[in-house]
Amino acid sequence: MSILALLRTAWFSIGSNKLRTGLTLLGMIIGVAAVISLMAIGRGSQNTITERIESLGSDLLFVRPTSTGGSIFGGGGDSDDLTIDDAVALLDPVFAPSVAAVAPEIQTNGQIVAADADTFASILGVTSDYFPVRNFTIDLGQAITPAHVLNGSRVAVLGSQISETLYGSRDPVGQTIRINQKVFTVIGVMDSKGAGEDNRVLVPITTAANRLTSNRTADGSINVQTINVKATSGGTVDAAEAEITTLLRLRHEVTDEDDFLITNQQETLDTLNETNETFALFLGAIAGISLLVGGIGIMNIMLVSVTERTREIGIRKALGAKRVDILYQFVLEALLLSIAGGGLGVAIGAVLVRLSNGRNIAGQDVETVFSTDIALLALGVSAVIGLFFGIYPAARASRLHPIEALRHD
Amino acid sequence: MSLIELENVKKVYRVGEIEVFALNGVTLNIDQGEMVAIMGPSGSGKSTLMNILGCLDVPTSGSYRIEGDEVGTWGDNRLAKTRNERIGFVFQTYNLLPRLTALDNVELALLYGRRGSTKPQARAALAAVGLSDREGHKPAELSGGQQQRVGIARALVKDPVLLLADEPTGNLDSHSSIEIMAMLQRLNREQGRTVIIVTHEPDIAEHTQRAITIKDGLVVSDVRIENPRIAVPSEGVSA
Ligand SMILES: Nc1ncnc2c1ncn2[C@@H]1O[C@H](COP(=O)(O)OP(=O)(O)OP(=O)(O)O)[C@@H](O)[C@H]1O
Ligand SMILES: [Mg+2]
Repeated sequence: MSILALLRTAWFSIGSNKLRTGLTLLGMIIGVAAVISLMAIGRGSQNTITERIESLGSDLLFVRPTSTGGSIFGGGGDSDDLTIDDAVALLDPVFAPSVAAVAPEIQTNGQIVAADADTFASILGVTSDYFPVRNFTIDLGQAITPAHVLNGSRVAVLGSQISETLYGSRDPVGQTIRINQKVFTVIGVMDSKGAGEDNRVLVPITTAANRLTSNRTADGSINVQTINVKATSGGTVDAAEAEITTLLRLRHEVTDEDDFLITNQQETLDTLNETNETFALFLGAIAGISLLVGGIGIMNIMLVSVTERTREIGIRKALGAKRVDILYQFVLEALLLSIAGGGLGVAIGAVLVRLSNGRNIAGQDVETVFSTDIALLALGVSAVIGLFFGIYPAARASRLHPIEALRHD
Repeated sequence: MSLIELENVKKVYRVGEIEVFALNGVTLNIDQGEMVAIMGPSGSGKSTLMNILGCLDVPTSGSYRIEGDEVGTWGDNRLAKTRNERIGFVFQTYNLLPRLTALDNVELALLYGRRGSTKPQARAALAAVGLSDREGHKPAELSGGQQQRVGIARALVKDPVLLLADEPTGNLDSHSSIEIMAMLQRLNREQGRTVIIVTHEPDIAEHTQRAITIKDGLVVSDVRIENPRIAVPSEGVSA
């Protein structure tokens, strides 16, 4: 039998029971549409995160103490901790030529009270270099200057979200706020950096150490939770990491295990990508299961169809249909069903992706990315499923004895 | 060499512990161009014999040769090919596909053969049985006689050497029966086709040249009919 005739026959029998065909398709459609939209959300969030990290700069490294010392929320005073002196030492052009800039950072949090509003926020003690190193830019007023750090000035730069919480659309520059009962003057507001980065208040690192925490080491230096380091370029990140390691091991008289940990953006990206792959695998498993269910639906309907059409099979055989003719006919029907279901699923998935992209869902701006490779994969898997679940019913049909099939009613 | 040669053909069905001898040693030759009736009581093995002749089934033992070829040695594909190319089968219950039009039903027999222009051939076959004006009708939209004529067109479209009809008039009134018989007679006489008909009705058998009677799976009589009746369908009425 020619391919064309086979196709026509298969198409005709699928078309002759529209409700049943529709319901069978639904199983595949839902499975594939779910795969497409879930993967789009996955890829979208991966994009968002990657963009955010890359916007920080690929030349960035973070040095943090390992938790052998005191807790990160101050106290302690262990000699293992990172200090401002460590940060300053990293600027040494001989020992650390690949380091372009350093920005030590004290982290705490507390109550921020303005004239007629208050909020809870994370508070960062930083130097003036923090802004260029972390790519924070000023929207209103000014940033923290070296003089502020030197004098331990009681000034604060607000994140955009804090500014809005405390002052709405009013200009907060020059206003007075209380941070943990201490009075500060607002000198600036930062541009928005995106979720999580805007709910913070920046103060001079010396002020944070003296007024807001008791982050002192035994010899009077100031403990920091993070030293942000900018390498001279994206290509010298690894060199910078090696130099910092050598320098800090010397300074901390490390004998066996390092008391600090260096991470860089590339590593963070790698970790995230790994997480994303696990996520994709998980989604893939869900997708696989739903497609499997769709496939079983197809097999079920094909078995019913073979039983119902036993007499038809007998007639075809009496007219000279070979086993393979019958086999192909039913496999083709299953294939058509699964591919049609897969195709419609891709189409509906694509529409869902389109509709949800850029929407604000539950307070989050959702970014979705429709990927052609996933769509093609879903189509391919649908076809394989049709083939897999179609072969058994088709083989059963092809093995029917012509006379017995003709007697069937 | 005869067109069909049967030698001691047996067909045994097993039903649980019991063996049923549907055919119990049939020996029979039928020549090219003969028109034969097979008669006998119900359950005597007529359909079993026809199915074997039509390559729809194979004997349990014995030999069946078509044009000298031993059918017993054939595989499934060879049987299917023979059914498609050399044999036309007409059923008592027509066995048309209910969802297909008359034309598509006839074309079905062509689909399983080697490719060629199929629609014109199918049209010609329908025209030969006088149903050109019913090409687009589904079986449910045709009378019994018309359905059987579609069945005959389908059996003929591949130009088979052997035309087998198992009680072709069993479901038809006498008028339609005569019409079908006239058609089969014409195929036999004008085109020289070998026609074998199973029938219960003696007056249908009288239209053939030879009546073979089967009883309990055995041929009990095989007689020549000296002056076969000529079927003449009454004028002006179409089935
Ligand atoms: N598939 C089968 N399994 C078991 N026994 C069968 C089978 N097919 C036929 N038989 C038996 O074989 C015998 C012959 O059956 P067959 O159908 O050939 O009779 P028939 O002469 O065509 O009868 P009728 O005139 O009623 O059509 C019967 O006894 C029947 O019960
Ligand atoms: Mg019978």
